[in-house]
Amino acid sequence: MTTEHAPASMYRTTEGLGVWEHKGKVAAVGIGHSPTTRRWDGTAANTMGANSIFALRQAIEDAGVDPADIDGLVLDPVTTTGAHWPEDQEIPMDVVNAYNTTDDPLDGIAKLSAEWILKNMPELTNVKFTMYGMGCMSHAIVVAAQAVGEGRTHTCLVLKSWHNLEGRYNQSGISATDTVPGTFAMSPGRTLWGAPGSYGTALQFAEYCRKYGKSHDMMAPFMANSRRNGLMFPEGYWAQHRPEALTEEDYLNARWIAKPASLFDNDIPIMVSGAYLFTTAERAKDMKQKPVYILNHASSRGAQRSILPTLDEVEAETAETGRKIYEGAGITAADLSFENMYDGFSLFHQFHLEGLRFRGMQNGDALDFYQTDISIEGPNPVLPSGGNIGSGRSRFWMHTDCIQQIQGRAGARQITGVKPEIGVSGGPMPMGGNFTVWSASPD
Amino acid sequence: MVKQGVAPDELTKPFWDAANQGRLEMQNCSACNRLQNPPLPACSQCKSADNLVWKVMSGKGKIYNYGVVYDCPVRLLQQDQPFNLAVITLDDDPGIQMYSHLPGTPVDDVPVGAAVEVIFEETANGQKVPEWRVVA
Repeated sequence: MTTEHAPASMYRTTEGLGVWEHKGKVAAVGIGHSPTTRRWDGTAANTMGANSIFALRQAIEDAGVDPADIDGLVLDPVTTTGAHWPEDQEIPMDVVNAYNTTDDPLDGIAKLSAEWILKNMPELTNVKFTMYGMGCMSHAIVVAAQAVGEGRTHTCLVLKSWHNLEGRYNQSGISATDTVPGTFAMSPGRTLWGAPGSYGTALQFAEYCRKYGKSHDMMAPFMANSRRNGLMFPEGYWAQHRPEALTEEDYLNARWIAKPASLFDNDIPIMVSGAYLFTTAERAKDMKQKPVYILNHASSRGAQRSILPTLDEVEAETAETGRKIYEGAGITAADLSFENMYDGFSLFHQFHLEGLRFRGMQNGDALDFYQTDISIEGPNPVLPSGGNIGSGRSRFWMHTDCIQQIQGRAGARQITGVKPEIGVSGGPMPMGGNFTVWSASPD
Repeated sequence: MVKQGVAPDELTKPFWDAANQGRLEMQNCSACNRLQNPPLPACSQCKSADNLVWKVMSGKGKIYNYGVVYDCPVRLLQQDQPFNLAVITLDDDPGIQMYSHLPGTPVDDVPVGAAVEVIFEETANGQKVPEWRVVA
């Protein structure tokens, strides 16, 4: 079976498309997560592939579905957190051969194909549809939702996995060379200028603070709240390995990475896999968990004029994203019970929030909003998942949390300040991402 | 502060050759009359590759924004941390941005909005790169 990348036609990228034609006809039911680790320990038992199988089987079990009923699989084949297998490093064939292999020995270790999954999950006997939603879980969710809506698959697994290897983030490869290609030197991102990953976001945040008279210190309540929520997320890295609260003082005293982005404004790269089981609204009724209906998916594909997006470009894009999200779902901002937009890097969460016009917010309002009650117990829950800041870099805690909140299965993290009926999650970047509206009701 | 050397490739060679000769040049679509940076194989507006030419810039600009890098991924620059990393906009077209370490400007004491002018610095392999200095 050849697995193709999702065609552009599966993404809803423009305004004016009206209500999503499959609104309320696709549902998330099952959830699965692997344990988290900081890095791969080199053993066969703990490869990224092993984590993937673990998460998928958990999602199947959670939904109460016979594996033979599953006919679809959507995943992201790129699994790096920023760590790439060094060209001069021998591939451990004992680890590779502990699994059924494909023609790429790094499959299941530092990349992931649908073929590898199907070869190593023999219980998936009837998968007829596979597709790649490349980027992160937000992409895979959109592709799977559209595929179920279009009838390409009726019971579909959605998977995102991450590998992390030894070594410091993004410091190997071209960062360690004495000479770089001319095109690379002129490109945004890591160049001969030495910008860390969070640099671009830090600059947008700096411009935001200058324009609206805000400061980095005003992020502290949001950061403390995110870690608090993360520590109530038993699937997450911080809850599993470092159950330490992040006080506002800790945040304010953290070392800088790319000022005004500090250490805690950057999410911690980890190994983890997450999986969901999507199906039709009709079939979902008979499954083990309460269905969470997808009202819409929307995507942004913003393009900056030059090297880095300006604040004006970011705000225009997030506002358009907000309009697309609501248009396709047939709802307004007032219908949102809570939001779970992306946060890794923390300094752009406010762009997503303001683009949504969450609780009537306008541009420049979010940092003041962070000074109010944004907890799960209050009337305005912000990022109840805790996001990447609260649980490590997965880019899927926000989606899991939306499903769990609406199913009433978020445990200690369950929102109590409002009834969780409609939530929105997605990302990653304000200038480009994929977003999903989740609901307790299909209407 | 010595930056990584640069090996010009087909797309960017005119830019780097001009830098070695003390000129700042930008890719321009003559059909759209629109500059673009970074350079691309085609105009980002009309999508045509037929009208792209390299145009000499005035070498004048403004500091649009900046950050201070404390944890740099590039090995050669780590000994110089912390350092300024600014975004410059060109007076020829304020929509066009370039990076700068702002040589001569104290760390985290950057006058946003100030006028700057281009200079050319040698990188590790002798290739010159445009840099920017605050105009006194």
